[in-house]
Amino acid sequence: MSLLEIRNLSVEFETVKGTFRAVDGVDLSIGENDILSIVGESGSGKSVSMLAVMGLLPWTANVTADKMEFEGRNLLTLSSKERRKIIGQDISMIFQEPMSSLNPCFTVGFQIGETLKEHLGLDRNARKKRAIELLDLVGIPAPEERLKAFPHQLSGGMSQRVMIAMAIACNPKLLVADEPTTALDVTIQAQIIDLLVNLQNEKGMALVLITHDMGVVAETAKRVVVMYAGQQVEQQEANGLFATPHHPYTHALLDALPERSLGLDRLPTIEGIVPGAGDRPDGCLFSPRCKYVQDDCRASVPPLENISDTTLRCFHPVDLEGQAT
Amino acid sequence: MFYFVLKRIALLVPIFFGVTIMAFGFIRMLPGDPVAALAGERDMTPERHAEIMLKLGLDKPVWQQYLDYIWNLLHGDFGTSVLTNRPILDEFLELFPATIELGLTAMILAVVIGVPIGIFAAVKRGTLYDQGIMGISLVGYSMPIFWWGLLLIILFGGVWGLTPISGRISFLFDVETVTGFLLIDALLSGEEGAFASAMHHMILPTIVLGTIPLAIIARQTRSAMLEVLSEDYVRTARAKGLSPLRVYGLHALRNAMITVITVIGLQVGTLMAGAILTETIFSWPGIGKWIIFSVFSRDYYAVQGGLVLIAMIIMSVNLVVDLLYGMINPRILHTSS
Repeated sequence: MSLLEIRNLSVEFETVKGTFRAVDGVDLSIGENDILSIVGESGSGKSVSMLAVMGLLPWTANVTADKMEFEGRNLLTLSSKERRKIIGQDISMIFQEPMSSLNPCFTVGFQIGETLKEHLGLDRNARKKRAIELLDLVGIPAPEERLKAFPHQLSGGMSQRVMIAMAIACNPKLLVADEPTTALDVTIQAQIIDLLVNLQNEKGMALVLITHDMGVVAETAKRVVVMYAGQQVEQQEANGLFATPHHPYTHALLDALPERSLGLDRLPTIEGIVPGAGDRPDGCLFSPRCKYVQDDCRASVPPLENISDTTLRCFHPVDLEGQAT
Repeated sequence: MFYFVLKRIALLVPIFFGVTIMAFGFIRMLPGDPVAALAGERDMTPERHAEIMLKLGLDKPVWQQYLDYIWNLLHGDFGTSVLTNRPILDEFLELFPATIELGLTAMILAVVIGVPIGIFAAVKRGTLYDQGIMGISLVGYSMPIFWWGLLLIILFGGVWGLTPISGRISFLFDVETVTGFLLIDALLSGEEGAFASAMHHMILPTIVLGTIPLAIIARQTRSAMLEVLSEDYVRTARAKGLSPLRVYGLHALRNAMITVITVIGLQVGTLMAGAILTETIFSWPGIGKWIIFSVFSRDYYAVQGGLVLIAMIIMSVNLVVDLLYGMINPRILHTSS
């Protein structure tokens, strides 16, 4: 049984211009000890779909799904009180901006201890001991002194380590990392990713890594979900995805990697922009930018289909047996 | 921390001199002769008039009067009341507890109600609750104190007969002055019903004086909270699975507190201004009523002494507020020192 099972998840926001669909029919399943990566451009709905799982979207968001279960418990019908018992304990999340994600008014020790008190009911001494242990685990030197530090006294990398310590405090079964390295500089990025993967290994937890860095995906993920304009367009094993991407969007995305375009004069790009709230095409959302577009793509939205080990949303996939490329 | 405090105190020096100039100048700009006001209906010979002017030091040029005034101030002498012939400081300290008592209860009312409803409105942003609370607070903020006071007196005191309309306590009680705070003195006296009577007398003045600060605090708390609620760390707090009470009441409020404390500090000035009107309406024997009386009788020393003392109180409150910033949000302390 998978840990987190999502079928047909959609998130809509009511705006002055009408309904905006930020997430449109996403299917995910994450097993224990799994590393799943969600990639896509900004605004493709990768963060929003995971925030929906956490229940962290503002009340203006309308979340619907055929199924959204964590360990067999339906997250959609849980009361907010019961849900809060899961959030922060069994599922936890770290965010993009570590510097602003920690509360400036409280010490590191307080912020870590708070989670321990809330979910595990540890007393003062036990909290302190565990907090030191956690800071040590995420590679913060002199952890005992760091407990008294305020967030503004920490660097970005340190802050993210503290966030990770906080997230793994209750030994979660699933850790969601929402672009954990975007705000950090490159040397620190590698360290944080290494830390996350090591922790995932040691603790045996599942990891969802939201990113737009294909390099990070290639190094870490077992499976990859590619999202475009709120829709899931392709899902397959990481190795397979990098070797033979089937969706034209994934294809174009990988082609645009600098490592893959050596010897070319110019970096390949994908013409056009992601459709916004008002200009969504009738058919396939990628059709206006797709190199392989045909008439049926413009007429109707392709359904999400399982073809061998790949889940695809495309009428004319690339490099798939029996299909024209 | 030490330099932080020192810097703040140094800033108060020019403000202090500015206040003395204003207090000194304003009362002298009013038409009317203090000595003639003293004489009232009776006639006064020019010789007697000159004699009193000389005695009060009002015959000297204005700049010299000011320098004398500052010199005395710096030696802790606020002057003597022309009317009562008593030191200004004594009169002030005698009446001040009544004003403080009223000001404190009004402030407690404003904070205890204003902060929670501000938070509530921010959390329920855009709903009917929010619009209702903000609408009512706008009305409260716009209400002229004297009109609001008279309205309440007519309704509660007159029509319904629920509350007394003036004074601090029923004349049936003779409470010995120990602290000057009647609520405390009434308790100390052990007289049955004295405390209840004092409380009863406080209801209307407290509401009247507290209304404007309450409305301002509610509105400012709401806007400070709205700013903070969209911050990443509030999302982090929610992601930890904390209860809404803890997320809003601790993580968000602590950050919004800087604005709220500033507003509360600034309300001390509003309260002093409001106290003058409120005390006059309710015959409350405090500083406000005393200053008004002193202005009417052109008691130069009482007015300028009283204003400077009030200004000093407001300045100290603002200093305390500045120091509180650093305690609430340690970042401020670190960047400024």
